[in-house]
Amino acid sequence: MAQQEQIFPPPPPLLTQKPPFEYQLLKHRAVPGIAKLDVYRANGGYKGLERAVKMQPDEVVNVVKASGLRGRGGAGFPAGMKWSFIPKGPGPKYVTCNTDESEPGTFKDHELIENNPHQLIEGVLITCYAISSENGFIYVRGEFARGIRVLKRAVEEARAAGLVGQNILGSGWNCEVVIHSGAGAYICGEESALLESLEGKRGYPRLRPPFPAVAGLYARPTVINNCETLSNVPHVLREGAEWYSKFGTEKTKGFRVYCLSGHVERPGNYELECGTTFRTLINDLGGGAWKGRNIKAFIPGGSSTPMLAPTDEVMDTPMDFEGIAARGSMQGSAGVVVIDDQTCIVGAVLRLVEFYKEESCGKCTPCREGTQWLVQMLHRLENGESREGDLELITDVGGNIAGKSFCLLGDSAPVPYNSALKLFREEFEYHITHKTCMVGPRAGKQLAGVH
Amino acid sequence: MIDNYSDNLESRVGEFTLSEGSRREIEALKKQYPSARSAILPALHVVQAQFGFIPAEPMGELAEILGILRGDVEQVVTFYRMYNQRPVGKFHVKICDSISCYLRGSDELLEHGQNRLGTKLNETTPDGQITLSKIECLAACGAAPCLQVNDEYVYNVQPEQLDEILDSLKSADKNPYFIP
Repeated sequence: MAQQEQIFPPPPPLLTQKPPFEYQLLKHRAVPGIAKLDVYRANGGYKGLERAVKMQPDEVVNVVKASGLRGRGGAGFPAGMKWSFIPKGPGPKYVTCNTDESEPGTFKDHELIENNPHQLIEGVLITCYAISSENGFIYVRGEFARGIRVLKRAVEEARAAGLVGQNILGSGWNCEVVIHSGAGAYICGEESALLESLEGKRGYPRLRPPFPAVAGLYARPTVINNCETLSNVPHVLREGAEWYSKFGTEKTKGFRVYCLSGHVERPGNYELECGTTFRTLINDLGGGAWKGRNIKAFIPGGSSTPMLAPTDEVMDTPMDFEGIAARGSMQGSAGVVVIDDQTCIVGAVLRLVEFYKEESCGKCTPCREGTQWLVQMLHRLENGESREGDLELITDVGGNIAGKSFCLLGDSAPVPYNSALKLFREEFEYHITHKTCMVGPRAGKQLAGVH
Repeated sequence: MIDNYSDNLESRVGEFTLSEGSRREIEALKKQYPSARSAILPALHVVQAQFGFIPAEPMGELAEILGILRGDVEQVVTFYRMYNQRPVGKFHVKICDSISCYLRGSDELLEHGQNRLGTKLNETTPDGQITLSKIECLAACGAAPCLQVNDEYVYNVQPEQLDEILDSLKSADKNPYFIP
């Protein structure tokens, strides 16, 4: 256990010595010191890159396609397919890794970069090779100051070993990897805003088309993948597509890091095969709701995905893109946030929506103004000052944000309210009729005029 | 121009010039990118490391080094949350209050911290040591509630630990939560 104290952020206390899935992405939990190049290489590190540079770039793309690896950032787009959109031909092309992890409930990249930096760097290098790029950028959110230090040290180590820079592994191919720090803006996790930010501007999303594969960074063809996606790539190349596609479900291959947080006994990152059920993650591994309470609802994939109620049908749903979609929600970033039955759902929704208000970049009026109104109305509701008809009004304002903004932030802002209203309408109405919370520490207390 | 002279900073005009070290760091950052303008975000972190906030004066210097307009720098400074447009305490304690931290008691923590320090949110203690703020999701939800002291994390913070943290910062010179 002494080794575990070196891991930040702290992993969940293990149930047994044996992990539920043999660590791949989170190998640092089993192999102390893997942040160092020699330890990483002694454990199969950079074997994937060695294999890649002996192939033609197209073959590398085909291996990743055949593996079935899908993007881990939220949309689940097949990674190999994305790479294949990059046009051939002269001129610079770029690879950008999105490590601007800021979606509430998501904290996997944080652990991956601070503890296993070479895995990501190797993934970026392989991706660069696959699209014949000589520049990879890892955009890390500025708050990950330590992660940035760890990654920068790792790049220098890799450079000294001939893995970054000129004539990598004697292949004649040159590639630079730059660790770039953001400065605190959720919106920069949106791919086109990330590109703007990387160009040194405000993080305003761009209108598409053109898509980044055609005109991305500096208006050149660009691949953007999430940190976890690229951390998977070395494993795919090292062990082969067939090995990788043995894991997971029919349409969602491989393994991924599920982030479990909120009201559970053992929150933390869990690396599991894609398609493991919610029951296994939340109850068996996470220990269920804390303090002997019951689960009221949970968010399955980061704050932008609709809440679900823990019915048997939902709990036995495999956590893959199709399984969760069939229950009316989304896999998203695999950030599972559990809410217990002592929580006022209106308060929780208010807090979720406040995030979008704070983080709206302000470019589109419906999102900039609409999120402000949502927060004001939810604040009124939470504090017992709402009127008859306010629930419909909130729904209406939300409907005027979603689909009327450049990027998904606007689409996401009304999601917590809409999904919670569907599950707990009675509790929302109670706030109007009784001017107080139905559950939670403030239940029954007169709230109007409190703030 | 950004008005950050209102905190009695007029008297300190001339004090905010980039050090040789900062200039060297920024020049090195600039070389990493195909376009110098891309270095602006990391370069502003260098500026903030020197002054503790982004004063108005070095924005012009920075623009000159990167070959861009001063307005290009200002629009970035005013957009990104991490750049302090006003001076803050030597230690800026930022408590995450997004959903996972909220569910595990971040509001209580914010209340507790303000009482302990005798200051309101975003105010600095009279000795200039500590500013307490709230911040949006820090991506450490599995170790909630969490906070940052400047840019360094502290995980699983309960009210009594917050007392220890704030007490330790009162007389600290260097950030005790820094891990290389």
